[in-house]
Amino acid sequence: MGFRAKENPLAALAALAGLLVVASIALIFFYVPTDADQGFSQRIFYIHVPVALTAYAFFGWGAWKALRHLWKREPGADLESYVAIHQGVIFGSLTLLTGSLWAKISWGHWWLWSESQLVLFLVLFLFYGAYFMLRYSLEPGPARANICAVYALFGVVLIPISFLAIRLANQLIHPVVFTLQGPQMAGSMFLTFCVSLTAMLTLAATLFHVELAGKRIDSRLRELRELLA
Amino acid sequence: MTLAVTAAEKYVAAAYGIVFLVVLVYVLIIALKLGRLESELDELTGQVRERREAETEQREELPVA
Repeated sequence: MGFRAKENPLAALAALAGLLVVASIALIFFYVPTDADQGFSQRIFYIHVPVALTAYAFFGWGAWKALRHLWKREPGADLESYVAIHQGVIFGSLTLLTGSLWAKISWGHWWLWSESQLVLFLVLFLFYGAYFMLRYSLEPGPARANICAVYALFGVVLIPISFLAIRLANQLIHPVVFTLQGPQMAGSMFLTFCVSLTAMLTLAATLFHVELAGKRIDSRLRELRELLA
Repeated sequence: MTLAVTAAEKYVAAAYGIVFLVVLVYVLIIALKLGRLESELDELTGQVRERREAETEQREELPVA
């Protein structure tokens, strides 16, 4: 039984995400060489960094949709912004969990408050976590959509600060592999990283569209219920 | 025969396992939500059907001029 990608793009995206995830797992555990410095634990890099970049991407997408809502009054932009931030928070929590595991095996600590990269990411995560408290404390309607959009836009300022923190910090424990001179790793490692990042972004995009479809159906059903009442 | 697993391997397995578990839980939540939406849709379809049947009955009761 097959399906046509044009008729069901979400199923095609899900299939692509599945293929890419399998390919990235195969590359991580059967292709890429073990890092000479960190050993086997360096393999966490191939999941931790793509997950973190996915979280940044979704926070950014949420802010973009919030801007579209405020600027162009794009229909559905508020819902898209909300779902994108929800995805960002899920991937943000995964970043903190995988990062904590990597920190424990590499540095001997679950968390280091002295690391500005870690603390700034936590601030970003908590900021967007509070978005849901704000959203659910307000009555649904245009006012809630506007307030939430403004809040989502404020948070986007934290993204470049959090991303650049390790480059601006004086004390470096958190590794920096992407510099102005390019990626500081072997070609096979960079290829594996690129496949992992693509897999993670595709997986997140699939989850985003599935959640968005569910939310849209939910709101249409509510509308239908009101019409039938 | 015991399989010797190093600390690094345990941490790597935990990191990948957590991501897999969270995605699985997320998919489960979405599946539950879709189930709820489906039952809600069934309920609304039933309401529309009942209303239509009632309307048809009313129409049949009306005398033809």
